[in-house]
Amino acid sequence: MQGKRSTFLLAMLSFGMAFLYIPMVLLVIYSFNKSKIVPIWGGFSTRWYKVLFESEDVWAAVSLSLKIAVVNATFATLLGALAGLALVRFGRFRGRTLFSGMITAPLVMPEVITGLSLLLFFIGLKGLIGWPERGFTTITIAHITFSMAYVAVIIQSRLAGMAQDLEEAAQDLGAKPFRVLTDITLPLLAPGMLAGWLLSFTLSLDDLVIASFTTGPGSTTLPILIYSRIRLGLRPDINALATIIILVVTIGVLIFGWLMLRQAKQRERDMHMAAKS
Amino acid sequence: MKGEAVASSVNRPWLDPGQTPFIKIQGVTKSFGPFVAVDNVDLDIYQGELFALLGGSGCGKTTLLRMMAGFETPTSGRIVIDGIDMTDVPPYERPVNMMFQSYALFPHMTVEKNVAYGLKRDGLPKGEIDERVDAMLSMVELSSLSKRKPHQLSGGQRQRVALARSLVKKPKVLLLDEPLGALDKRLREQTQYELMDLQDRLGITFVVVTHDQEEAMTLSTRIAVMDAGSFMQIGTPTEIYEYPESRLVADFIGSTNMFEGIVHQQDEEHVIVKVAELDADIMIEHSAAAADGSKVWVAVRPEKIILSPSEPLNTDINVLRGVVDDIGYFGNSSTYRIRLENDLIVQVTHPNQSRPRDARHVAEWEDVVYLSWEPSSGVVLNK
Repeated sequence: MQGKRSTFLLAMLSFGMAFLYIPMVLLVIYSFNKSKIVPIWGGFSTRWYKVLFESEDVWAAVSLSLKIAVVNATFATLLGALAGLALVRFGRFRGRTLFSGMITAPLVMPEVITGLSLLLFFIGLKGLIGWPERGFTTITIAHITFSMAYVAVIIQSRLAGMAQDLEEAAQDLGAKPFRVLTDITLPLLAPGMLAGWLLSFTLSLDDLVIASFTTGPGSTTLPILIYSRIRLGLRPDINALATIIILVVTIGVLIFGWLMLRQAKQRERDMHMAAKS
Repeated sequence: MKGEAVASSVNRPWLDPGQTPFIKIQGVTKSFGPFVAVDNVDLDIYQGELFALLGGSGCGKTTLLRMMAGFETPTSGRIVIDGIDMTDVPPYERPVNMMFQSYALFPHMTVEKNVAYGLKRDGLPKGEIDERVDAMLSMVELSSLSKRKPHQLSGGQRQRVALARSLVKKPKVLLLDEPLGALDKRLREQTQYELMDLQDRLGITFVVVTHDQEEAMTLSTRIAVMDAGSFMQIGTPTEIYEYPESRLVADFIGSTNMFEGIVHQQDEEHVIVKVAELDADIMIEHSAAAADGSKVWVAVRPEKIILSPSEPLNTDINVLRGVVDDIGYFGNSSTYRIRLENDLIVQVTHPNQSRPRDARHVAEWEDVVYLSWEPSSGVVLNK
């Protein structure tokens, strides 16, 4: 019985893993394909990487996407943290439930709707005050609106788990409210804010739908570039680009995992030390 | 009583009408919506006292403490500390420090920085801060751990850091919220005496919130027993234990045998209470005013009842007969549950003065025993 079940589990696991990773492995393999026609193997070559590195529009898209992601992550973290703080620490102010519902609305709203509504808003605004020009600014603002919601949720849960005692203790020891924020609340919130920053960064880098709605002429983000090229047929240089992205993500995940492991081990050592003394 | 030595070793300012109270709580009410947590209480606490607020959960003791710290504002009433009205003063401007139940140590700061935090907020020169932090850490014997973070400390060490942090500013009043709650029993007893010693040396007024009656009795000069937002009784540990004013207090502190009856007869000194369920009369010294024929309760502590295998010869008042129903052995004493003829259970505590042969108790299960007590051993309660 036991043996049977574990065989079954193993089979399911292999199937699941295969389902997840075979497509990516194929993509990596085909990025080294010499042939110009993607599904036909024409021998090993790195020529598409060369093509990729030489194409300026790809690099322009990468740099635009990164710029948007960084600005978005920074603003979203700031605004999201403020919203989270207001929701958790300011008690039951009038309209709190409404505010909390509204802040999480972008999480459940279909992206198409968010994108469309933002586009209409930007057009209207442009007609009224002549700003903003569609492109970097509008995509970034659009990304901030939905990333902020994710950050607010992260900060909210982090704050709820953080004992209010600490803030009260600081006040009790003579710290004025602003001091409490800078000395106690923000440092303790830092891991949550970092997580929020990284999430916003990823969300922005990833986004195709909202960016397509809010972009303007000449502003092509990486997902928009990839998508528009693929529409004209599979292309080996895009495979090369995807492989590089996979590599970067993998390295990022490995470093993060290693850091987490090291932290867990350190914690264990500390606990041991506390128990011994 | 363990607490009695403490009560008599310090002076009793609350008995001296010439003394001005250090903390004056006047008609303080705190309500959260329709729920009244603290209901119009008055309390005077004197300088150098170790005052305990004792009660079950939700009785309002913590809310009252938080109002003294400034974390809650009274709905009505005033709180005066050392002659200054503190009611509307924010926590960071009060000469009061608090030790939190959770200790609330700042996890991202070392022991040293935790203790120094309050002094830094006062803008003291660095040299003085270092000096005072060092002195405080050596007082709580944590000098060697000053560079550690809170999660690298054991529970007892954290408790001492919290204590050091709340004392280093030399507050006029130290508020302690369940200070020993998170410690194991051994550490608790030890820390209890350390706290008393510390308080004695520093002369700071301590206000302790606790739900643990033993802790309150051993630690404090006076106890206020709280229930449903009001004080049931305020007094020294001995007064609270030996002379409870109500059934609630008698029940809450220690264990007690409660008999309901009717005042049958009384003279200058004694009351005779007719207890229907015992089918007997109890003679007891006067302690509460009650008219003939009115309903009262007699409370007798288990350790004040004498247990004997044969009928007491010298007296026939306050004698009951029953069989041993259950024995609880605690090492230093045993508690016997005696079932009377009418199935009523009476608890008796008997010290284990001699080592029993064959592991036998003074009385064994199903033995017939006699219970008796002095008229001065119980109290009459009218509420």
